[in-house]
Amino acid sequence: MIRFNNVHMQYRGGYLALKNINLHIEQGAMAFIAGRSGAGKSSMLRLIALMERHSRGQIIINGQNLERVRDSRIPYYRRNIGFVFQDHRLLRDRTVFDNVALPLVIAGHRHTEIRKRVSAALDKVGLLKKESLNPITLSAGEQQRVGIARAVVHRPLLLLADEPTGNLDPALSLDTMKLFEQFNQVGVTVLIASHDMEMIKKMHKRIITLREGRIPTHFGNTSANEKSD
Amino acid sequence: MRSKARNNPGMLLRAWLLLHAQSFIYSLGQYYRNLLTSILTTAVIGISLALPGGFYLLLENAHQITAGWDDSVQITAFLKSDVDDAIATELVGRLLEYKNIEEAKLINRDQVLAEYRELSGFSEVIDILDENPLPSIIIIKPKLMTLPDGVDRLIIEFISSQPEVEIAQYDQQWVKRLYGIIDIIQRCIILFSVLISFGVLLIVGNTIRMAIYNHRDEIEITKLFGATDYFIQRPFLYTGFWYGLSGGMASWALLTITLQFLKQPVDRLAKLYASEFSISALSGTETMIMLLCGVFLGVFGSWISVQRHLKTIELN
Repeated sequence: MIRFNNVHMQYRGGYLALKNINLHIEQGAMAFIAGRSGAGKSSMLRLIALMERHSRGQIIINGQNLERVRDSRIPYYRRNIGFVFQDHRLLRDRTVFDNVALPLVIAGHRHTEIRKRVSAALDKVGLLKKESLNPITLSAGEQQRVGIARAVVHRPLLLLADEPTGNLDPALSLDTMKLFEQFNQVGVTVLIASHDMEMIKKMHKRIITLREGRIPTHFGNTSANEKSD
Repeated sequence: MRSKARNNPGMLLRAWLLLHAQSFIYSLGQYYRNLLTSILTTAVIGISLALPGGFYLLLENAHQITAGWDDSVQITAFLKSDVDDAIATELVGRLLEYKNIEEAKLINRDQVLAEYRELSGFSEVIDILDENPLPSIIIIKPKLMTLPDGVDRLIIEFISSQPEVEIAQYDQQWVKRLYGIIDIIQRCIILFSVLISFGVLLIVGNTIRMAIYNHRDEIEITKLFGATDYFIQRPFLYTGFWYGLSGGMASWALLTITLQFLKQPVDRLAKLYASEFSISALSGTETMIMLLCGVFLGVFGSWISVQRHLKTIELN
């Protein structure tokens, strides 16, 4: 599903964010990217989402070589990915329902289809009753769940989450992670960037540790030795 | 599901129409939600369009007033004093053969004197003179109502070149000059309209630029969830459309109110001049053109802005 071969990534200012990354995540897997801030976690997600281009090496996502995805095709490529953010990034000028419906509206689905799928997604995150509310009126945990519903409503093959529990207390964090696990169980490949080692360890999933833009070999790919700050 | 939709043109078209309908309604809603900004933008566009529109109407009405004056453009040829009536009549015949002359009428020196005596009130002075000092004249009407450039000069040159003619000149040179001035004003209005159009483009562009930055979060999120540039720019283009259309309607309203305001005194003045003249308002076609201009400027202005500013939004 996700394959990195000798990937380097340099930002326009010259900062080398990722150095010689080799990585393979199978379809249907759930994995964490761990590491301190600035270790390159977000950069990895940005590469996968084609928000940035890598400068060397090869990235293959779902059988697609990302170098071959032209700029004009990026929108269609992204429709196979769901995104969850630390600050959930819900739109405050519309209801929970409209927020969740966004990926379907973008893809041009019909209204009845949208109605059905949004209800299903909201039901899964336990917020069906709050669909007509404005997201601001919800608690932080609920807002994040709306964000997750939005990320899965279009049934993506891959779910990317960048510090999804960064703003939540430990109990809510674990609930949120369990929710990701549920989606993983129905076949979605899930990749979560997080620095919260305590919680990551509780999930018993594969952990990819980044340090200063590299995956240190002595940790191995499943290393969980990295101490969080 | 998605690939099926992409392969079926009927469904694709329906999805496309649906997206357009959504943007159309959504942007109208945006107009209402940002009512103050919208009204200000509309007013600025309305006033901007009303200015050239008003000048255009002014010219149209001026044309209407001066329309009849063309008829009175005539040339007077003063004959040399030794030309007698017979030669003069022969000259009239020659002039009538010239293709741009409609009419030529001889008034011999005695008639001229009589007329002069009647009109000037100097009859006693004239009686003192032993000899009629006035020449015979020929009044010539050019054939064309409005002469193309140069032809009027050709006629004058032709007439002047006749050996019997002392001098030939336009009676109503000032009418020609007035037309000349109107012509210049017309061009000024065109230039002015072009400048104003640029202004409207800038205004719409700036308003759309602000709208784009106000919707930054939304644009970033929709981009991340796979929205194409077309999808993102569509509501902004429709917003420009609404600005343009409402601006066009505002300028139409402004002009109509202004005309109504002027109608009464103008009618009264026209009556004093025993004229049938009445202010003419914008015709249906002209109103249409005005609205179309507004819509064009609105959409084009927002298009420019969208091209420039959507690209600057980076994804975080």
